[in-house]
Amino acid sequence: MDTPVLEMRQVAKRFGAFQALANVDLKVGRGERVIVCGPSGSGKSTLIRCIVGLEQHEHGTILFDGAPIDLRSRTSPIRSGQIGMVFQQFNLFPHLTVLQNCTIAPIKVRGSTRAEAERKARDLLARVGIEDQADKFPGQLSGGQQQRVAIARALCMQPRALLFDEPTSALDPEMVQEVLNVMVSLARDGMTMICVTHEMGFAREVADRIVFMDRGEIVEVAPPAAFFAAPKNERTRAFLSRIL
Amino acid sequence: MTYEFYFGDIWKARWLLLDGTLTTLRLSALCMVLSLALAVPAAVARIAGPGWLRGTIYAYVEYVRNTPFLVQIFLVYFGLGMAGIRLNPNGAALIAMTANGAAYTIEIVRAGIVGVDRGQWEAGRVLGLSPVQIYSSIVLPQALKIIYWPLASQFILIMLASSAVSVIATTELSSITYDISTQTFRAFEAYLVTTGIYFALSVAFSAVFSLIFWALFMRRRPA
Ligand SMILES: Nc1ncnc2c1ncn2[C@@H]1O[C@H](COP(=O)(O)OP(=O)(O)O)[C@@H](O)[C@H]1O
Ligand SMILES: [Mg+2]
Repeated sequence: MDTPVLEMRQVAKRFGAFQALANVDLKVGRGERVIVCGPSGSGKSTLIRCIVGLEQHEHGTILFDGAPIDLRSRTSPIRSGQIGMVFQQFNLFPHLTVLQNCTIAPIKVRGSTRAEAERKARDLLARVGIEDQADKFPGQLSGGQQQRVAIARALCMQPRALLFDEPTSALDPEMVQEVLNVMVSLARDGMTMICVTHEMGFAREVADRIVFMDRGEIVEVAPPAAFFAAPKNERTRAFLSRIL
Repeated sequence: MTYEFYFGDIWKARWLLLDGTLTTLRLSALCMVLSLALAVPAAVARIAGPGWLRGTIYAYVEYVRNTPFLVQIFLVYFGLGMAGIRLNPNGAALIAMTANGAAYTIEIVRAGIVGVDRGQWEAGRVLGLSPVQIYSSIVLPQALKIIYWPLASQFILIMLASSAVSVIATTELSSITYDISTQTFRAFEAYLVTTGIYFALSVAFSAVFSLIFWALFMRRRPA
């Protein structure tokens, strides 16, 4: 088997006395789509945030392309933008235009020229269906449009893996689909993805594997068909019966 | 009791008053620029710097906020003298005003930085931006907008409080007014005119701040 793009080995994280992640093992291969679900507070966000270095785990190792991620290194996959992340609350930069949101990192981190960065950004904005909004500010867009900008912004760094933390949870229901459509098309194009979501229709459509978390642990990992039809663990069954 | 107003002597001293007004204007404007230039890095250091630096800045701000400006002025004036630094009173005044203004400005800028959503920082991190890039391109521009009007009022206070530096024989408006009042024995008229001048300066600064706000934040974006 190829070296996984991302691998977590026995990763543990506490907040004070609270164990947010306990001995998490996870491998994500090139082009693989992993969906993470689980009850609120089960550690899904913490898992994503540990991978991108927004939280520091105190045990275990996280590897990118087989090498441990060292956040202090200039060439770490986070600091060079190789692992992208899309947030529940979009976190667009409100004082910059859509286009500037998409070009700031390529210019400042990658050293792209402005012209090159803008051309790439316009391509990607077209890909998420909002090329005509490039010169607006985020506050002038709908939630669904903003989240699509956030996806385009992440893609502008040409990430090798893209992580999503409940990307549609802050959206009005009628805007969920437009964001999911973009994510489905990314999945079709072979993007390596880890996505925390409760959109089970989407999970069924794109997931290679579904990870179920509870109380900081990975309780069950299965391909979607098996996951929905025959969950092995009691806690998974209880969770599925609540949300389906 | 009736009082006969007489502005003739004040009118004769009009060029002196103008000079004092310009000095106040110059001192205040310089102090605002310097205060902000010092306060921005200091506020960042107060939040993200090493412990000893955070402590030092905290202690400094507390000193300034809990002692009278007048006493600070004398401390700077005589302190500079003892350190063998020869400065004219206006120079010493600028230092005292900036030492005072920067401390209040640090607190305002700090509140602004804290007011920027954490997610902004996180989005910058995940895009690979360095802390310096995140502060300069993402956090500070948004913080500045949040604190713009409190900062503007603080700057106007700096201008008004500059009258206190007249105690070290500067040549700004209040010193000049004091001199004119003792020479003409028309203290009330002199201070009445100066009240009007300060008021006009205040209004002028407010107008300039509104213009800068428009240029920085409104020009390119329809609400
Ligand atoms: N910064 C933090 N400080 C303290 N507790 C935290 C912090 N972040 C998360 N937690 C706790 O860790 C647990 C897992 O959180 P999270 O990973 O956000 O869960 P999920 O995303 O699955 O809802 C929750 O109980 C939450 O309260
Ligand atoms: Mg979460």
